Amino acid sequence: MEPVVSELAVNLARAQFAFTVSFHIIFPAFSIGLASYLMVLEGLWLKTGNDTYLRLFKYWRKIFAVAFGMGVVSGIVMAYQFGTNWSVFSDKAGPVIGPLMAYEVLTAFFLEAGFLGIMLFGMGRVSKRLHFIATIMVAFGTLLSATWILSVNSWMQTPAGFSINEAGQFIPESWMEIIFNPSFPYRLVHMVLAAYLTTAFVVGAVGAWHLLKDRTNKEARKMFSMAMWMAAIIAPIQIIAGDFHGINTLEHQPAKVMAMEGHFESHPEGAPLYLFGIPDQENQELKYAIGIPKASSLILKHDLNAPLAGLDTIPREDQPPVAIVFWSFRVMVGIGMLMLLVGVTSLFLRWRKRLYEASLFHKFALVMGPSGFVAVLAGWITTEVGRQPFTVYGLLRTTESIAPVEAPAVAASLLAFVVVYFALFGAGTYYILKMMNKTPGELAKLPGTVTRTAGTTPAASLDPDAMNPAE
Amino acid sequence: MFDLPTIWAGLLAVAIFIYVILDGFDLGIGLVFPFLETDKCRDVAMNSVAPVWDGNETWLVLGGGGLLAAFPLAYAVVLPALYAPFIIMILALVFRGVAFEYRWRDKAHEKTWDKSFFFGSLLATFTQGIVLGAFVQGIEVDGRAYGGGWWDWLTPFSMMCGVALTAGYALLGSTWLVMKTEGILREKAYRISKITAVATLAFMGIVSLWTPFLSPEIAERWFTFPQLLFVLPVPTLVFILAGVLAFGLVKRRDSLPFLATIGIFLLCFIGLGIGITPYIVPRAITIAEAAAPDKSLMFMLVGALILLPMILAYTAYSYWVFRGKVDPEAGYH
Repeated sequence: MEPVVSELAVNLARAQFAFTVSFHIIFPAFSIGLASYLMVLEGLWLKTGNDTYLRLFKYWRKIFAVAFGMGVVSGIVMAYQFGTNWSVFSDKAGPVIGPLMAYEVLTAFFLEAGFLGIMLFGMGRVSKRLHFIATIMVAFGTLLSATWILSVNSWMQTPAGFSINEAGQFIPESWMEIIFNPSFPYRLVHMVLAAYLTTAFVVGAVGAWHLLKDRTNKEARKMFSMAMWMAAIIAPIQIIAGDFHGINTLEHQPAKVMAMEGHFESHPEGAPLYLFGIPDQENQELKYAIGIPKASSLILKHDLNAPLAGLDTIPREDQPPVAIVFWSFRVMVGIGMLMLLVGVTSLFLRWRKRLYEASLFHKFALVMGPSGFVAVLAGWITTEVGRQPFTVYGLLRTTESIAPVEAPAVAASLLAFVVVYFALFGAGTYYILKMMNKTPGELAKLPGTVTRTAGTTPAASLDPDAMNPAE
Repeated sequence: MFDLPTIWAGLLAVAIFIYVILDGFDLGIGLVFPFLETDKCRDVAMNSVAPVWDGNETWLVLGGGGLLAAFPLAYAVVLPALYAPFIIMILALVFRGVAFEYRWRDKAHEKTWDKSFFFGSLLATFTQGIVLGAFVQGIEVDGRAYGGGWWDWLTPFSMMCGVALTAGYALLGSTWLVMKTEGILREKAYRISKITAVATLAFMGIVSLWTPFLSPEIAERWFTFPQLLFVLPVPTLVFILAGVLAFGLVKRRDSLPFLATIGIFLLCFIGLGIGITPYIVPRAITIAEAAAPDKSLMFMLVGALILLPMILAYTAYSYWVFRGKVDPEAGYH
């Protein structure tokens, strides 16, 4: 008997995956950038001997530890959810995506985990050089992890290098084509830059918060300045990278771009760029549309009069849900523009030597603190919902990917995930915010927050804080 | 004999065994946590595993990811069959995992995170035992999917496996503490170890005697004459190691009880393997049937052969850095 799965069960499983993966992605997005930041801070400390860098390193390391812990435990959920809710997908796509995920574990997770202990607890136990190597390995591990998982995700978006056997399984033919599938390079660059921006805006907001309270605070000035450099450099690069990614998506997943742009109709002589509109998928039209004539063709084809096909060329059952994709895309782009504004403004203020005095700008940077997370989530929704109704684009439908589970079971587990995640990750976020509210100096001095205690290790003198706890 | 699916079944078995030992002792710390009454003892116990627990749990991710990659059909059958225990297990692991960081961040709610650590460890351990038991007793397969009911995993046998594994992990945890700590914590750990050692051996005996009655196939492997000669060393060695464990606990050789416990786990694992091969879903799907195509297995094997020794090397190095008795003042907090 073929297992019968109700539509409700499919939608619940979908919701469960969307919820757990959205929650999960927040932590890697933060820890990829933060790990690299920690590496830079420790490197600068070793190079210059300036203790400000060390204090910043220790400060952000504590925050990293909490965020990383949440990332690890929410990641374990992902490793098993493919099986519990999407077992048919696992059976069929497993031969292709399974090895890539296994490589992620073998190259990245173990590396991060193996050196994390030394990075967190090893100061004073190993030499400065070895400790720095451990920090580098953790940062490198987060980037490797991103590489593999984006290869998997990109393959699901733009599958390549496979054949299909009689059991309906995807069989690898060329690993080079599978790993370096058509959308992978664009997606990887876009995601890593997004992670760096996310972290830059969090660091910038914490710096701004402390500058607002005391603009002479050395650590706050340093972190704010570093974050603003990052925003000024990365935000424009990210916008260009996003443009390339969009052109690649148009080539390989045209329906997704049509939904992003709100093009229900084909435009033979240049498509407008809709700034606003209410997508009405039922009637296949964009209501109340406000657009710039021919701008969409200019962005996507770099030609004002290039024809663009619309969703009218895609069968209804193969169209993604337009409204979600349309709006999440606009949220992402809007935040990207605001980030660019922050970066440019910081350059101007720096030139006028007012970077640490402009409290209005500090307030703006503070408000922008969580913007990276929102943009990452919006971008993730754009690309994932835009792939619907397929799990493997064009080949395997979401409705055909699900496990033979019953709706009540999926509903119960979904409820459990929601309750547990909000409670535990809510608490974690609260602790992170509490730590951020302290300056690096205050956090190091809190009772119960011993760094390496002097006298317990032969190399305590390596650690200036241990020698001068009052500082 | 040395075809790719068999090699991968072996590698996965090794990965799962490493997981059981490594996360076994840090889950075990969680299990004995309520009996380490003073805060100081708890702080030290937690710091004894804080630098390594994350690496330990990575083996579980490798187990899941490796099963999906090498035996996608088995993964697709086993996970829906054990839906509830797996969901409970991962949620429980979330609870205890966050406790490692949270408990230091909030003195006012330290007790809450201690409970989260204990109950998370307990539920994760118990459900792992249930998964093991349900797996051994067999899973109903229909075509390429799970064909049984929702509650098939819930049997007296699987519950007994849950109890046995809980005792076993508690023994791993308490003997780890004996090895890694000093003073009153070590004294406590010795006392707990004696209790958990007796409990582990007793429950393990019950499960071992019960298993052959689950299916005539398993019984045949253990109780017919020529095979008997090959399998007999397993229970014999268990008895010897039980003696070593008792000796270590009574004569207070700090490292010996932990090592003996690992040996006992290894023997049980081998005994389990004897009962299961050549199946990967017991008595329904063989290793060969579930295997991914050779192209997938070969691609991964190249990486695994290069990377696994490296992983073992730097993991060992990390344990080496934190070797010896735990310093009561240590921690980055």
